[in-house]
Amino acid sequence: MSKTYEFVPERPLVKGDHTFGSITALISDTPLKPTPKLWYVAFGFANLLLLMMLALVGYLIWEGLGVWGLNNPAGWGWAIINFVWWVGIGHAGTLISAILYLFRQNWRTAINRFAEAMTIFAVMCAGLFPAIHVGRIWVIYWVFPIPNQMMVWPNFSSPLLWDVFAVSTYFTVSLIFWYVGLIPDLATLRDRAKSKMAKMAYGIFSLGWTGSFRDWWNYEKAYMILAGLATPLVLSVHTIVSFDFSVSLIPGWHSTIFPPYFVAGAIYSGFAMVLSLMIIARKIYGLEDIMNIDIMERMNIVMMATGNLVAFSYLMEGFMAWYSGYIYEQGIFYLYVVGPYAWGFWVLMFCNVINPQFLWFKKVRRNVTLTFMVSIIANIGMWFERFMIATASLATDFMPSSWDFYAPTWIDVLTYVGTFGLFFTFFLLFLRFLPMVAIAEVKAVMPQADPHYYESDEGEETSTEAVEVENK
Amino acid sequence: MSNQDKQEQNKLHGILAEFRNPKELVDAAKEVNQSGYKNYDAYTPFPIHGLDKAMSLKQSKVGWIVLLHGLIGFFGALTLMIWVMGYEYPLNISGKPFINIPIYVPITFELTVLLSAFGATFGMLFLNGLPRLHNPLFNVDRFDKASDDGFFICIEAEDALFAEDKVKKLFRDAGAANIDEVYE
Repeated sequence: MSKTYEFVPERPLVKGDHTFGSITALISDTPLKPTPKLWYVAFGFANLLLLMMLALVGYLIWEGLGVWGLNNPAGWGWAIINFVWWVGIGHAGTLISAILYLFRQNWRTAINRFAEAMTIFAVMCAGLFPAIHVGRIWVIYWVFPIPNQMMVWPNFSSPLLWDVFAVSTYFTVSLIFWYVGLIPDLATLRDRAKSKMAKMAYGIFSLGWTGSFRDWWNYEKAYMILAGLATPLVLSVHTIVSFDFSVSLIPGWHSTIFPPYFVAGAIYSGFAMVLSLMIIARKIYGLEDIMNIDIMERMNIVMMATGNLVAFSYLMEGFMAWYSGYIYEQGIFYLYVVGPYAWGFWVLMFCNVINPQFLWFKKVRRNVTLTFMVSIIANIGMWFERFMIATASLATDFMPSSWDFYAPTWIDVLTYVGTFGLFFTFFLLFLRFLPMVAIAEVKAVMPQADPHYYESDEGEETSTEAVEVENK
Repeated sequence: MSNQDKQEQNKLHGILAEFRNPKELVDAAKEVNQSGYKNYDAYTPFPIHGLDKAMSLKQSKVGWIVLLHGLIGFFGALTLMIWVMGYEYPLNISGKPFINIPIYVPITFELTVLLSAFGATFGMLFLNGLPRLHNPLFNVDRFDKASDDGFFICIEAEDALFAEDKVKKLFRDAGAANIDEVYE
């Protein structure tokens, strides 16, 4: 029996007629050229927001937690919502850089550097909130197991302490994973830089990288191991974040579905954030050949899948509330839907249940404007999800006599707005001074990188020939 | 130019040849390897698959370094927590056991990953001899292309079989586009 199969080649990952040299030039020119005026405007604006955030954090530390809208049942408010939201956003970066690497999804090379940078800065924004939430930040070192004169040790059985380890490990590993990926590209910048200052700075940070294949050989192994380590790490981090809630006994929190539900939500919001940033950056920096529509479509598919997982989790929460026969669980779900925060619930239903359904349509997935709108709505929805979980569950717990209504103060709101200043300050520095696409990795997935490409007369022609396969 | 002229009074570090594309590089590397040279290396802007076989490279040792660090992280975390929670500072929390292994899983996992990641990164840099302040290859102007679109092989003068003319002939026969002498 013999069958004829048509070999369907994968669509090229890099559009346009690019050579290795043109890829190098396209990406490395941005950090080496003079700073555009628009960058100063954006950076100045981000700096103002950052200053506002620093001032408000200073005021909080000076005055105490009372300046926030926290009250007696609702001891966790915007700060914790923002923490979970920012950590969740960070997860897309690690997913793209590590999990898609292990699955050999070569399209990740277009966006991984960009997404990893986003991860690092998002985790910085996230880490700020629990740190300032402790009230007495000058003794924050008590969370670390450091021998001290009081002979007191942290309580290792507390999920909040697990969180300290999870988030700090996550930040450190993301940072070194990102840096390892940057080394060869920093060497490219070193070799192309004209000014002495730039040559020196890139020279120091590229650590004397030559591109030696014996070095690449160790490098690739180390990179693969880092990806293998970051994969369970990223899943564990949001799992542990969800333990902050689910290990407690509050109805609406005490639920075994939380870890997968949080991880899916994190990836959904993270991809949305990468898409929002990517759609703007590809336009400004002319990277449409690399961050092209095919890549956008694939990211949209991931968003659709994780968005539906999240939607399923909401349904499951409602189902379990009914099926468990547990009156407090039923009560909290009822209060989500019609209670004092019901408007938040319906915003979230629209953003996270209806919104991802638009992505079933190929026209939407391949339309830049619509994708941008879907991604922004997804991020708003994920913020409201955390709002419902953190605040609504706490404010209306077991005893109606102890219920209270939670509302943020202007300081809560502006501190959150200010974290965008922190995020964009670093992100703009990254866009300005570092290669925003992994140059070496993009080259490695181009067809010309494969030695077999040169074996036939016309490299591309082999791919369209019908291949005869014998079946016995 | 003048820079390179000055360099020529220095000791010869090796002979550097540039090849036009990854395939020519892999073929040339195979040639060099089969001719019995040991102190040689290929320089490429990205890792090329198949070059490891052409150069008969053994498995990288990074994995073992990672394993060692991972074990330190794993046992270190468990030891710390069992000692603190069981002996040094036992806390009675709702009557739960002092030494309670399931509770230790998250932190043990995180520290294992953290130490392994350090092992992978610093182990890789250690095996590669990085960071390194200077490399004689940077004296060759053309070598800037190794991080852009150039594919190079350098046979070092330290090699037992090294003879300038023979090496140059080998590169010429393998189809090198450019051949440079590298001085320290």
